[in-house]
Amino acid sequence: METLWQDHKRSIIAVGVLLVLVLSSLFVVPEDEQAVIIRAGQPVSVVNRFAPDRNFGEAGAGLYFRIPVVDRVQRIDRKVLNVTMQPQEVLTSDQQRLKVDAYARFRIIDPVQTVRAAGTTDGVIRQLEPVLISVLRQELGRRSFASLLTAERGDAMVNIRRKLDEQAREYGAQIIDVRIARTDLPEGRPLESAFVRMRTEREREAEAIRAEGDRAARVIRAEADAEAARIYANSYGKDANFYDFYRAMQSYDATFGPGEGKGESSIILSPDNEYLRQFRGQR
Amino acid sequence: MDMLDGLRKRFGVAMAGKSPWGGSSGGGSDGQGPGGEGGDSGSGPATGGDKKGPRNPWLPGGGDGPRRSANIEDIFKNRGPEGPRRTGGPRGPNFNLPRRPGGGSWLPVLVVGIVSVGLLVSMAHQIAPREQAIVTWLGGKYSHTLEPGFNITMPYPIHQVDREDVREIRLERIPEGTEQKLILTGDQNLANVSYIIRWNIKDLRLFRFQLDDPLTTIKDVAESAMRAAVAEKTLDQTFSGAGRADIEERVMRRMQALLDAYRSGVTIQGVDINKTDPPGEVLDAFRDVSVAEQDANAAMNRSRATAQRILSQAEGETEAFDKVYEQYRLAPEVTRQRLYYETMERVLRETDKTVVETGGVTTYLPLPEIRKRAQERPAAAAAAPTPTPAREQ
Repeated sequence: METLWQDHKRSIIAVGVLLVLVLSSLFVVPEDEQAVIIRAGQPVSVVNRFAPDRNFGEAGAGLYFRIPVVDRVQRIDRKVLNVTMQPQEVLTSDQQRLKVDAYARFRIIDPVQTVRAAGTTDGVIRQLEPVLISVLRQELGRRSFASLLTAERGDAMVNIRRKLDEQAREYGAQIIDVRIARTDLPEGRPLESAFVRMRTEREREAEAIRAEGDRAARVIRAEADAEAARIYANSYGKDANFYDFYRAMQSYDATFGPGEGKGESSIILSPDNEYLRQFRGQR
Repeated sequence: MDMLDGLRKRFGVAMAGKSPWGGSSGGGSDGQGPGGEGGDSGSGPATGGDKKGPRNPWLPGGGDGPRRSANIEDIFKNRGPEGPRRTGGPRGPNFNLPRRPGGGSWLPVLVVGIVSVGLLVSMAHQIAPREQAIVTWLGGKYSHTLEPGFNITMPYPIHQVDREDVREIRLERIPEGTEQKLILTGDQNLANVSYIIRWNIKDLRLFRFQLDDPLTTIKDVAESAMRAAVAEKTLDQTFSGAGRADIEERVMRRMQALLDAYRSGVTIQGVDINKTDPPGEVLDAFRDVSVAEQDANAAMNRSRATAQRILSQAEGETEAFDKVYEQYRLAPEVTRQRLYYETMERVLRETDKTVVETGGVTTYLPLPEIRKRAQERPAAAAAAPTPTPAREQ
């Protein structure tokens, strides 16, 4: 080993220097990146630029040479990127507050412009977020609370996308889509009052159900009473006279007859009583 | 330069894994990062802290003065027969390569063999039926996609193969934890919804290269689609089975449309709503509604029972009357008399009877006497005491 080093010191060093030189002048552009070569502060060329009509593998990703030290390579994402907006309170046209968060998907189509205007991909994202916020506020502020919840969103989103896209072009980006991810009631008063409204609505509903149950129960009772009356009338009506007698007998039984829990009764009979008719032995 | 950085980082990480000074001992590390290149510095293992930590197994044992760091020559020297054992194994400490018949070393043969086996292994790819693999050239340029089966590519650094199970159904739970996810419904109420997205990769190439963060995209799209779908429903529809099925269907369709528009290479297999509940804050009121329904049903049931009793009673009484009346009609006078006497018997048998001849006789009713008797009787019969009437003095 040592002899090898001694014998070929120069050539080993030469090979090493060459290797470093080659490696520092080579750079790799993967499929999902575009690279802007900057020479003396000016972008001179773009490698693997996004083009909608070219498939993966055809756009120019791979190994490239640059002049070491002089050329700087700025990598810009080629994928579809994401700007997420922090939740914002928006005042709708009917003065309701709504907490909205949205996202935009964009792609960098002009990396040179991106490098000039924002420097890096992250720079673009940082620049686009406030734009997204202001466009969204403007656009949603014109709409009513209810319309934001429902399908009309789509129309609002088209406007927002168009406006955001206009601004994004300045950073070399193209907005693919803007969506409202969430529309929430803001914490605190609005959310609380929504809960109160929901609660009272349910309380009313519960009350109504109970009342309805009560009503139905009464009706059932009354119907049964009516039916019973009809049955009684139907039966007793056949001979009112006999019913009077029959019922009187039952009533005497119930009032004076044997049984638990009845008061003691004493009956004073007059000999004229119908019951004592035979008692007298008269005929 | 960047590729060099990458290689060095990768190597550094690999070293960190194997390094005998790896972070846990703490003694040998002198602030050079996770032990990656500490061995070359000379300062690292020579410090006193070394005694506590594990020792470098590649260096000769102590006793030869201040230790030098391992350098490449030491390592080669130690491979000789007199060096310390490099690897454990049955050969023991005096490991040595056997000589070739011609007296030459086997070492070059071995190296060539290992390298060619390595090349072969990195060229042959068995792709399972559920998998796809994308092949990229050195530097990341997309080459082609490998379909299931046996495939040959260029050896490793030139062609890199990235395989992925594309059939596997992946699940995204939203929300991930147990926290509430309140969604506004069309009638401006709030529902607590949790759901699962089932998806798989449709096109690995798009999935890898098209979106910056496919997973976040899927979640965002799901969130957006779910909120839009729920906003088209009223709260009660959201809770009902049919409404939920409809929401699932709409979310799935909307998600697929958006993801296709993004060319994400993702297929949504299904959206399953786990639960739709009222928010915790108003849950009691919602529960009270179902309690009220139970209450109403209970009231109606009680009424029905009473009604049944009333009707049965009516039917029983009238039936009894009808039976008697039937007999009465056959012999009205006799039946009437019989009933009268029978009733009177029952009635008068149990009562105190006094027959008073009216006219001219002043009757004295011994009411206190009667009352006293009335009091004694229930007491004697051990029946429930009747309220004591006020005594007349």
